Amino acid sequence: MTATVSTAGVSKRYGAVQAVKDVSFTLNAGETIALVGHNGAGKTTLIKLMLGLIRPTTGTISVLGEDPARGDFHVRQRLGYLPESVSFHMALTGRETLSFYARLKRVTLSSADALFERVGLAQEAADRPVRTYSKGMRQRLGLAQALLGEPRVLLLDEPTSGLDPALRRNFYDLISDLRAAGATVLLSSHALTELEDRADRVIIVDRGIKIADGTLDELRGIARLPTRIGVRLADTGPTPGWTRGGTEWKGSASGLFEANVAPEDKIALLHDMTADPSRLAALSVAEPTLDELYAHFLKGQSPT
Amino acid sequence: MTNILIIARKEIQEGLRNRWVLATTLLLAALALTLSFLGSAPTGNVGVNRLDVVIVSLSSLTIFLVPLIALLLSHDAIVGETERGTMLLLLSYPIGRSEVIFGKFLGHLAILAFATAIGYGAAAGALTVTGSEIAADSWRAFLSMVASSVLLGAVFLAIGYLTSTLVGERSTAGGIAIGIWLFFVLIYDMALLGGLVAAKGQAVPALALDLLLLANPTDVYRLLNLGSGNAGALSGMGGIAAHSGLTAPVLVAALTLWTIVPLGWATVIFSRREV
Repeated sequence: MTATVSTAGVSKRYGAVQAVKDVSFTLNAGETIALVGHNGAGKTTLIKLMLGLIRPTTGTISVLGEDPARGDFHVRQRLGYLPESVSFHMALTGRETLSFYARLKRVTLSSADALFERVGLAQEAADRPVRTYSKGMRQRLGLAQALLGEPRVLLLDEPTSGLDPALRRNFYDLISDLRAAGATVLLSSHALTELEDRADRVIIVDRGIKIADGTLDELRGIARLPTRIGVRLADTGPTPGWTRGGTEWKGSASGLFEANVAPEDKIALLHDMTADPSRLAALSVAEPTLDELYAHFLKGQSPT
Repeated sequence: MTNILIIARKEIQEGLRNRWVLATTLLLAALALTLSFLGSAPTGNVGVNRLDVVIVSLSSLTIFLVPLIALLLSHDAIVGETERGTMLLLLSYPIGRSEVIFGKFLGHLAILAFATAIGYGAAAGALTVTGSEIAADSWRAFLSMVASSVLLGAVFLAIGYLTSTLVGERSTAGGIAIGIWLFFVLIYDMALLGGLVAAKGQAVPALALDLLLLANPTDVYRLLNLGSGNAGALSGMGGIAAHSGLTAPVLVAALTLWTIVPLGWATVIFSRREV
């Protein structure tokens, strides 16, 4: 895999505020990366650093082999950016807006026009002033401008906020196409669940520090969050007898028993339980949700 | 250069769409026509070339209106886009910061030049149509008046961009723009006049007066258009101009400098700014 973006020991300080602290990572071609963190965790600062809009206080950044803050315009031609809550010049139409950005990127106007269809913006809507656009339409126009010139690196800051579920699916389909074409796609989000397992890799930042970096499965492995097993017994008896790995069952009035099981004990315990199927009336297995995983990493980071 | 033209084109497009171009052109044309017909009533037809009267009236109109229009166009240019969030996206594109400012300047100057040329041209055209005879000299003076009006507009556009890059909020920029307009158009001359009166007829050194006049672009414009020829006799500015060592090239150079310095300063600040 070829690296498209790499940061090494990057810090950014605004006066007394340390927005980003000693962050290092490498993003590769054909990879979709989720940058996750609370509002104010430093996601937007990191993206601005990668765009070269601000310079790091310490550390180095390289995008497509160049320092983005040096103002090498060839790199920016291959870069797509969708700001958080994107806004446009209200008086111009969607088509005029996209043509303006296409000219700046030296992209032919016909290929810019084709993008309206790609992001699902109707041709008749393209000739209306941006003032009349809904939030979803503005977001689509924002995505269209980010896709100008077939970028090799796409930086999308909270791209799905304010999109309805259908639009969101449509959006992720687009991302899949781009990934297949070999682009690096960085999505920032404040919630891990937003990503619906679309990202190859997740980077979690909190208060300017990178606290986790890996695939969702890797992160699950590191977090070692327990699986929740629920069982309802066929004959009303006392607590179930399976205790592998020190399993503790908690009963409820409705006759449902629940236990949290460490990942390495899960399979063995299930094997024990299903050895005599006649004893079970119902069985459920719930893997840790992305929210729980996210909360786990943020908790590990909070001051004690 | 291409990027500057792209930005300028977009500014003109926006100006047309939000009726800025239409409004300023109509305003200037309406006032110019009113002044050229009402304003000539007191002089009657006593041999004074009617276009010279118009030049005097329109110059005074320019001093009040053109700086105001220019500041209204420009004070919002940088801080407004930053506040609305469009600047962040624009700067992520392959474009230099100075190109953004020069492009906006070019676009706004084109809007201003169009409005001035059409608005004032309408007044001159109306005079010709109503059958006044106009000497070639007067035409030349009229054309240089229109050109220098655009130059005065350029000065205040540049000052407006400087304000727009220095401040952090649109409302602050608006307030400062109005303050700048009041200072240069009204307060400065009153203070200068007051100072001269207070000096009780003591001769002010010619060089000091020249410098004081050069320090205000609207006075430079006034001297340039009202200081010589028939307009000088009509406006009473001829007296000052005769004592001053300021020739037309010096005055034009002063206006050019008044444009370049604020514009360059704005560019330097904007290039260093982190967004």
